[in-house]
Amino acid sequence: MITLTINGRTEQLDVSPETPLLWALRDRLNLTGTKYGCGRAMCGACTVHVDGEAARSCSIMVGEVVGKRITTIEAVSGRVADAVKLAWQRLDVVQCGYCQSGQIMSAITLLSANKRPTDADIDASMEGNICRCGTYVRIRHAIHEAAKALA
Amino acid sequence: MIPLGFANKVAIRPSRRAFLKGATAAAGTFVLGTYIPFRKSALAQTAPPQGVFEPNVFLKIGADDSVTLISKHFEMGQGATTGLATLVAEELEADWSKMRFEFAPNNAKLYNNLVFGPVMATGGSTSMVNSWVQMRQVGAAARMMFVAAAAEKWRVPAAEVAVQKGVVSHAPSGRRATFGELASDAMRVPVPANVTLKSASEWKLIGTQLARLDSLGKTTGTATFALDIRRPGMLTAVIKRPERFGATVVSFDATEAKKVDGVVDVVQLPTGVAVLARDTWAAVRGREALKVAWDTSQAEMRSTADILQEYRQLIEGQGLSAARRGDATGRLARAANVIEAEFTFPYLAHAPMEPLNCVIEARTDGAEIWSGCQLQSIDTFIAAQVLGLKPEQIKINTLLAGGSFGRRGNPVGDWTVELASIAKAINGRAPVHLVWTREDDIKGGFYRPMVLHRVKAGVDASGQIAGWQHKLVSQSIFTGTPFEQMAVKNGVDHSSIEGIADTHYAIADLALDVHNAKSRLPVLWWRSVGHSHTAHVMETMLDELARVAGRDPMAFRLGLLAQQPRDAAVVRLAAEKAGWNSSLPRGKGRGIAYHYSFNTRIAMVAEVTTPPSAFKVDRIVAAVDCGVAINPDIVTAQIEGAIGFALSSALRNQVMLNKGVVEQNNFDDYEPTRIREMPKVEVHIVKSNEPPSGIGEPGVPPIAPAIGNAIFAATGKRLRSLPFDLNSLG
Repeated sequence: MITLTINGRTEQLDVSPETPLLWALRDRLNLTGTKYGCGRAMCGACTVHVDGEAARSCSIMVGEVVGKRITTIEAVSGRVADAVKLAWQRLDVVQCGYCQSGQIMSAITLLSANKRPTDADIDASMEGNICRCGTYVRIRHAIHEAAKALA
Repeated sequence: MIPLGFANKVAIRPSRRAFLKGATAAAGTFVLGTYIPFRKSALAQTAPPQGVFEPNVFLKIGADDSVTLISKHFEMGQGATTGLATLVAEELEADWSKMRFEFAPNNAKLYNNLVFGPVMATGGSTSMVNSWVQMRQVGAAARMMFVAAAAEKWRVPAAEVAVQKGVVSHAPSGRRATFGELASDAMRVPVPANVTLKSASEWKLIGTQLARLDSLGKTTGTATFALDIRRPGMLTAVIKRPERFGATVVSFDATEAKKVDGVVDVVQLPTGVAVLARDTWAAVRGREALKVAWDTSQAEMRSTADILQEYRQLIEGQGLSAARRGDATGRLARAANVIEAEFTFPYLAHAPMEPLNCVIEARTDGAEIWSGCQLQSIDTFIAAQVLGLKPEQIKINTLLAGGSFGRRGNPVGDWTVELASIAKAINGRAPVHLVWTREDDIKGGFYRPMVLHRVKAGVDASGQIAGWQHKLVSQSIFTGTPFEQMAVKNGVDHSSIEGIADTHYAIADLALDVHNAKSRLPVLWWRSVGHSHTAHVMETMLDELARVAGRDPMAFRLGLLAQQPRDAAVVRLAAEKAGWNSSLPRGKGRGIAYHYSFNTRIAMVAEVTTPPSAFKVDRIVAAVDCGVAINPDIVTAQIEGAIGFALSSALRNQVMLNKGVVEQNNFDDYEPTRIREMPKVEVHIVKSNEPPSGIGEPGVPPIAPAIGNAIFAATGKRLRSLPFDLNSLG
């Protein structure tokens, strides 16, 4: 039995410690907002926050995050999170939308640490998140918009 | 994504006849009823709940004032649901903030794509094209029913009743009611026989930047994709497929697989061996432990280099004549300058972010499927066939699709065959979720075909095109599919040649020959289909011919488009907005490309930075004429997205075979564009009241040639084949 703190709740999971966090979230806890894209931390679709930092849940074993605060797209909140989600909605960033949970989680981490990111900062921070629909122009724009709203 | 190529030729508006049937008055007035299935539809198994207005199967208005579009098209991000809702809301005079959408059930009688005939399907950039009249008629008919209901209830003349933003009102008496308040009354009104559609000057929503209807769910983790479906007792299945296309199962040993905690069953399928488990992780580990012996005697064993060598042998022989006009040979013999060029294009995977997956619950009397389903009619038929059921016993729940780019619309329904085969193998004893991993996706075939082009083209002393001989080798996408008869004529697959013989350029002397290559590798349409390679060849050759003729590449194109004002206009617009004649610093270059596809005209100007600085596409300026831009923001998004999508195939993506085995695995060796590579993009839309044309695919074709032409402008080096060999730039 593994005990995890997910979205502020204590969850008991009957899984082996090697189980990827992604599959524990999706298949055991029905938190399906976090997506599977590559399984090898190369696309960022599975991005969650571990102690507030963006992390690729497909490549983290549940045994590694015992005692840490795990937050998923369903529960991420606060001033930065609200500004990011609103900017995404106002600019209609999404197309298929499948990668966007991960994009938003990475953008929240970026803006939590850097209040006025440049395009270069955005590119560096968001490089691990692939969008096959190619919404990058709007992702950049939305992060700038969210930064403005937070200023 | 479904053959618009042939639709362009023969059936771009097959709906025209149906719509005009019974037309009695001026343009814009049509008779309803025969093709808009109203109220007592075959689908209405149960009466709508009290207080719900459900005038036909495309629209549902609730007592809470919500207006729900029942979408006959699937949503892979292209914005079709928002577009269809816009058309309905425009004529209905609905409040946009009250608009919702649901996906229609699989029923080709009610929800057929009017371009494709009696088929429920999305593709070929036809969603708006085929719904343009139909969805506005739905909205207009519903509005008239609300007006009639209010007039009767308030005992006032209908002519005095107005509708605005979901509110019906009568100014003289001051009465007003919302759609929701009048829903039950409106439901009792007979469906109008005639509707008159607004003129363009009366539009309030069409042409404005309405917010997408799917943004909220997709930014909060609440949007439901097929991968998110959970059914009681559901098992997750992954399939071990042969690593060589065409190999078959001899035997398998599931001993170790079954020892993996959570693995429930291992079953053989026609195409491989499925491992079923209580969750995805167990299924994946179970598959790793599974041993399968394959018979490779009929399998693809060639490497990419072998296939290319065979293509080059094939192209030397006699091909199938696909187009002949004028005297290409004679003109070339007298040309002042002749260019001979070869272009190669690799197999490409679609790699949508949501890997293929779908869920089934099968019983003896029917089956229910949950899928990001693109070709409902095809998948219905295929599932029924595998399960020994009738098509009407298959229910498909269409869900949001995490991308497709053509992959989810497979005319042979490979993944639906697999899903139904698993259900059959376990006698439907549990719901099954078939999941492809990313590796399955990259290695799984159904690629954009590998293609070889050879062109010999000339210009005369006055700088005019003097003969164009074009040969190509490709696998046929349509041969062996249910669409073969429509798309393949005399052995020539229209999707192999679209964009060449039907070019809008005035090329008087043209000969086009096609060779069909055979392979065990399954191929499929990939966003923009044949245009994904033909446009690159045409636009690169045009650039080369302009150079040898001593002409400006932009002006050279305009000369060839003198009889095509809409096409010439986008070339001019892109050039003007890009500052075509302004100078660039050393090491940077600017290139132009234009292409006509899916009845849409797009021109792009690319600016690149070349070595010794790191290669980068800095900026793309696009000009597009897609007829009415129903939602200009979504049109812009489709062009932006097409640039992001096609950049990686211009610069690096290719699926290679090593003795039949696909070498690529995942996003490390088949890497989509990343944010740091994304150029600045400007999209300019030509204002037009022509009927809408495609926008999902036409953004792809001009990108690679615009970049290649820019590379030439910067370096003097001509890179022809894709992906570009950027290392050769030094």
